[in-house]
Amino acid sequence: MPEALLDITAVTAGYVPDLPILREVSLLAHEGKLTVIIGPNGAGKSTLIKAVAGLLNVDTGRICFEGRDVTGLSPDQLTRNGIAYVPQTDNVFRTMTIQQNLELALSAHRDPLDRVTVLFDRFPVLKDKRREKAGSLSGGQRQFLAVAMALAVEPRLILMDEPSAGLSPKASEEVLDHVKGLTQRGVSVLLVEQNVKQALKRGDHCYVLAEGRNQIDGPAQDLLEDPALGRIYLGGERRGAA
Amino acid sequence: MIQHLVDGILVGSFLSLGAIGLTMVMHILRFANFSHAELLSIGAYCALVFDKLFESLSPFLAAKIGPLSMTAALALSILVSMALTGLSAVVIDRLVFRRVREKGGELSMVFASFGMSLVIRNVIGLIFGLSSELYSRDIAFAMVISRDPLLLVKPDQVFVLIAALLIMFALYLVLSRTRFGFALRAIAENPNLAQVHGVNLKRMIVAVWLIGGSLGAIAGVFYGLSYQITPVMGRDLVLPIFAATIVGGIGSVYGAVLGGFIVGVASNLALVILPSGYSPSVPFLMILLVLLIRPNGLFGEARA
Amino acid sequence: MIGVVSYLVFFTTVAAILGIAVMGLNLQWGNTGLFNGGVVASFGAGAYATLMLGGPPQDGHVGGFGLVYPLALAGGMLAAGILAWIVGKLTLRLRHDYLAIATFGVAVAFENVMRNATTITGGAQGIRGFERPLRAMLGDGFTYNVVFLVGVLVTLVLVYVFLERLTVSPFGRMLRAIREDETAARSLGKAPDRIRLISFVTGSVIIGLAGGLYGTFYAFVSPQDVLPILTFQIWAMLIVGGAGNTKGALAGAFIIWGAWTFSGWALSRFAPIEAQLYTGSIQFVLIGLVIVGMLLWRPQGLFPERLVVSQPGQNREKTQAEGFT
Repeated sequence: MPEALLDITAVTAGYVPDLPILREVSLLAHEGKLTVIIGPNGAGKSTLIKAVAGLLNVDTGRICFEGRDVTGLSPDQLTRNGIAYVPQTDNVFRTMTIQQNLELALSAHRDPLDRVTVLFDRFPVLKDKRREKAGSLSGGQRQFLAVAMALAVEPRLILMDEPSAGLSPKASEEVLDHVKGLTQRGVSVLLVEQNVKQALKRGDHCYVLAEGRNQIDGPAQDLLEDPALGRIYLGGERRGAA
Repeated sequence: MIQHLVDGILVGSFLSLGAIGLTMVMHILRFANFSHAELLSIGAYCALVFDKLFESLSPFLAAKIGPLSMTAALALSILVSMALTGLSAVVIDRLVFRRVREKGGELSMVFASFGMSLVIRNVIGLIFGLSSELYSRDIAFAMVISRDPLLLVKPDQVFVLIAALLIMFALYLVLSRTRFGFALRAIAENPNLAQVHGVNLKRMIVAVWLIGGSLGAIAGVFYGLSYQITPVMGRDLVLPIFAATIVGGIGSVYGAVLGGFIVGVASNLALVILPSGYSPSVPFLMILLVLLIRPNGLFGEARA
Repeated sequence: MIGVVSYLVFFTTVAAILGIAVMGLNLQWGNTGLFNGGVVASFGAGAYATLMLGGPPQDGHVGGFGLVYPLALAGGMLAAGILAWIVGKLTLRLRHDYLAIATFGVAVAFENVMRNATTITGGAQGIRGFERPLRAMLGDGFTYNVVFLVGVLVTLVLVYVFLERLTVSPFGRMLRAIREDETAARSLGKAPDRIRLISFVTGSVIIGLAGGLYGTFYAFVSPQDVLPILTFQIWAMLIVGGAGNTKGALAGAFIIWGAWTFSGWALSRFAPIEAQLYTGSIQFVLIGLVIVGMLLWRPQGLFPERLVVSQPGQNREKTQAEGFT
């Protein structure tokens, strides 16, 4: 097995000291793959992804990216290191226009003007509305803008927190298809989803969290049929708790 | 009446400069900084020290510039004072505010700034004495702008107004045209998202303190040029500056500029109907009025 | 010996009066999380209104209604409450720092008006000639002061019991809920703004009561009694005692008032004559350092409230996730 792109080892983290939300969670994400994290409400999925994005202090454990220890780096340093993050809500600057949002996301890029053109070609919807305030976009369009902003600096890994939340079934399929499409272009994705079926259908490998701990993991397709999954969601017995 | 208006505009010019820094801090760090006006005192005294120093170094520097009571020495001192006051703001943040911030609680920050204002103000009093100081003991003659109605303006005041407007325009260009300006807006709207998109939060906070401190220093010197420098000038200025930010809308730099002029003019015009003893109460009345009519100020957005 | 006892009576009276004010502030800050930057306005409103309502008619100013003392004191509390209600009504639904700024402004304006509205407040001269209650019976001497101290201590105990009852009542639990998680409290159908307003006004009425007693004790009040430093002192008392803890707040009142009086005495006794002018400045720096130092190194106070973390784990994550802005 090749070395993992992202290697999370026994991470314990939380928002306030002595009150960990995550307890020794470990996870591997491989290059070019769509790695999915699922789990019931309050499992710590968003917390895990925020810890990787540098928005949360990691109490113990280690996060390695491309073989380098990136634990404790600030969000902007992580962005420069090739990890992008798309938050679940408030993921665009509402008071700025779409063009301004992209330019801001590009401020670390060598050739921002060129890159804006590339992004507009890939997201024609955004190009048409580039002078409009991001706050006026529909839910689906806003997700696309958020994804475009994350892609701006050509990251090697994108962390996504429930991109389908609050979208219509059609829009959420569209967004998830796009996420899948990213991995085919060589960008690896770590995806948190509530929409279990849709996510597992597209994912490569899947981790299930509950109560802040690893439960089970395996190829996404296999998990879709695993009866253990239902038990975890229904709060039944656990397997493989760390 | 017109004299009050003119005086008000002149007062507004340094209130605006003070309010810009305060509103930025309140927007980015999300707390009402009761010690912001003390930065004006630090700036004023800092310039006083260097003014004396430069004048003693070279008689050439002690010469007045044109009709102003200002000297080349004072002009240089303003620059030094801007840098040092900005630096003091950063140091105070390091020593106090950042540590309180890391423990959490926006209200603890308000509280800390409340205590810091008392400390700074009285330490200045202990160092420089309680009596007031002037940059120049010479009497600056007022220019008669018009005789009917009689309108008097000192050259210094005209200089202060023009300089303040130029500085504000420069700041406007920086905030609206540069990458730094966008990053600042982004941090204010959504600090986490801005960081995720490569904005260095710590560096931006330092930048905000530097801007707030250096603008505060200019405001302090301009106040000193117009009146006198005293250790309690921060105490007298804190409420008018807060009023300017609230009138303009907390977080809005343009609002702070306009708010400063509005508060300055209103405080002076109020003297037409109120006895002059009541002028310290006018900023508070303006705050009440704004809260009644337009709680988020002229340019502010509602934010919890 | 009688001198020492008499001084102790005097000291305890003032400290206990300030202790009552600290308890009022504790209700606002410790129990509700409201920053009152103008404690002195409530205190002053209580003092001024009490003396104006209860004092004898005087030449040259309005006021001096000669009301019986309990009515005058109640009037003082009412005045403090009305002032707080106006400010609270305007600011409590807004961003938290509006309250801080507005209350600070009230205090500035209050002192300013007291100093200038000579026909009502006596201006810089203040209000004199107040007849203290029961003076005809007890005279002006030591006996009076002891009886007055007993009265103050009884009031203090009554306020204490009232506040302790309040914190364990459903209302107190609501306060705590709002302080810990406003969004959750709101979703449970509580009206946080109204509850905070009630708490703010109640706290100010208690501070006004303290002000009324203070004015009564000296039978005199002037703008010198409503300077901003009093706000800082009362805050320092609260933070030393530990916000949210009524007993701690009382202890803080005695500690800070003791330290204040002692430092003033020590400076006037031992400091060189040319430094005497700066006694105030040095004391003010110390008060400021107490506030900042406590926040930095011991924010829970010397006598912290026993904290019970109500809902660890998952709920925390939920609120934090919503707060991602």
